[in-house]
Amino acid sequence: MSAHHPVPLASTWHTLRYVFGENPLSAFAAALFAAFVLLALIGPWLAPFDPLASHVGEPLSSPSISHWFGTDALGRDILSRVIVATRLDLGIAIAAVALSSILGGLTGAFAGYFGGWFDRASTRISDTIMAFPLFVLAMGIVAALGNTVANIVIATAIINLPFYLRVARAEVRVRREAGFIEAARLAGNGELRVLFCHLVPNVMPPLMVQISLNMGWAILNAAGLSFIGLGVRPPEAEWGIMVAEGAQYIISGEWWIALFPGLVLMLAVFCFNLLGDSLRDLIDPRRRT
Amino acid sequence: MFQMIVKRLLGALPALFGVVIVTFVLTRALPGDPAAYFAGPAGSQEAIEEVRAKLGLDRSLPEQFVLYLRDLAHGDWGNSLTTGQPVLTELAERLPASLELTLAGLVLAVVVAIPLGVLAATRPGAWIDHLCRAITTAGVSLPTFFTGLLLAYVFYFLLGWAPSPLGRLDPYTTAPEFITGFYLIDSLVMGDGATFVAAAKQLVLPAITLALFVLAPLARMTRASMLGVLSADFIRTARASGLHPLKVLFVYAFRNALLPVLTTLGMVFSFLLGSNVLVEKVFAWPGVGSFAIEALVASDYAPVQGFVLAMALLYVLLNQLIDIAYGLVDPRARLES
Repeated sequence: MSAHHPVPLASTWHTLRYVFGENPLSAFAAALFAAFVLLALIGPWLAPFDPLASHVGEPLSSPSISHWFGTDALGRDILSRVIVATRLDLGIAIAAVALSSILGGLTGAFAGYFGGWFDRASTRISDTIMAFPLFVLAMGIVAALGNTVANIVIATAIINLPFYLRVARAEVRVRREAGFIEAARLAGNGELRVLFCHLVPNVMPPLMVQISLNMGWAILNAAGLSFIGLGVRPPEAEWGIMVAEGAQYIISGEWWIALFPGLVLMLAVFCFNLLGDSLRDLIDPRRRT
Repeated sequence: MFQMIVKRLLGALPALFGVVIVTFVLTRALPGDPAAYFAGPAGSQEAIEEVRAKLGLDRSLPEQFVLYLRDLAHGDWGNSLTTGQPVLTELAERLPASLELTLAGLVLAVVVAIPLGVLAATRPGAWIDHLCRAITTAGVSLPTFFTGLLLAYVFYFLLGWAPSPLGRLDPYTTAPEFITGFYLIDSLVMGDGATFVAAAKQLVLPAITLALFVLAPLARMTRASMLGVLSADFIRTARASGLHPLKVLFVYAFRNALLPVLTTLGMVFSFLLGSNVLVEKVFAWPGVGSFAIEALVASDYAPVQGFVLAMALLYVLLNQLIDIAYGLVDPRARLES
């Protein structure tokens, strides 16, 4: 590690080229990721029409020059709605994954390092969560806590918690008795300091892999919940709810209402899964399948 | 063998207990005051208190939990406010429809995924391997509700091959007599070919939708574990001994490769039971998932709690079955337990 010498830009560039040259799909996924982040940040300024305004075009008109993705039953511009929805969809997923990775990572690290009753209790809780079909548990949590976007985030965070807890716990456990940890202890570091300064940095890479593999699933989960009418309320623009709105028109042939939000949702999930896979190959080549 | 099964089932008790605690907590976390709700908008303070005492809501939480357990054991899972029927009856009526769909999806996925994974592992780098990788990466990215709609659009609206994606039977066919509740099996037992075909036609699209989603983890795991086993020493020895390649592949490699795949089945069932809800909504399938969604929309919470509990119980049971199957396939797992 060159912690004291800043990595020269040329070397970073070289590494990036090596990584992307190895797997061109990763480059594609990275570009797609950048595009989604851009849409989430400046989407509202890019959208040609107001996403909530009805009758900006003839209702149920198919894709045309003025409305690239067509319009829905209320005459709202689907392209604008798809663009603006990016922020909400990614926001829900990022918030949920951040919540569960921090909470799960910390709990797992503590459980792995100190063991004892805390380890048993946290393992028991994560086993109990895993005893449910996860999407069904998310439905139950949102139904019990109340039908809001914040509760979608909480439900998605809870069902993902066990994965982070397990990764962090296992990674800490295998290193707990390692030589460099013994050395850190002998040098007079306190237990918490050993855990946070010496063990947690080693847990970060596998945790990052888990995060990026998890993002796609979190987006799918949140969109699925709003598809069945939980969380996001109409007229808010969100991919899952837009597909739900288009569902009734698809059997009468108005395909564009559901198709475009569905495709973009699929693309976003695909992008995160590809990124997760390449990150995993990079960090942990043994798990490559 | 029998002893092992009993042991496994007893081993499920902590998980069951955890599940019941969670559903109890979810019941208590309901928005609003159930007593005020049941007393009605015109209910006076005394009426609310009376209802609260009747529902046992005035007692301590541990007492309430014991009451909750007693009610569950007696089959009292609450009543659905929209239909007025006991939740347990409603769920039991709809469960066969959901199970038929889930199992059809699972069988379809297994039938495609396992040969695909085996072929990809025996020919690394060939077109089938790339196909397998493409399918496994794309498959996990598919939102089930969206693929379902897409399939309905293509095969119903554009091509007209599939019947209209509404329910288990077209309106002109009457449901077969109730034996197992699985229309495919019941119509076969009754010898009613026309109903069988009608039911199968309705089942194909939703089953494919489900299968597409769970195909990916199965194929990926089959390929990975087959690759691992095929490079093992005992396979080299078997080959060097001049055994027939097919015998090496199926008798020596496949049986060993099956173990990790069985383990993945647990996760696959979690996916299946979850996406079943979405597929049921898309295809207006009259199963437990649609029932729960209708109740959710109507803010009728007892059916939702019942649904979550029923699915969790089913899932715990399925995981035990997988464990038992594991013991059957792998004698080492039997010895350990």
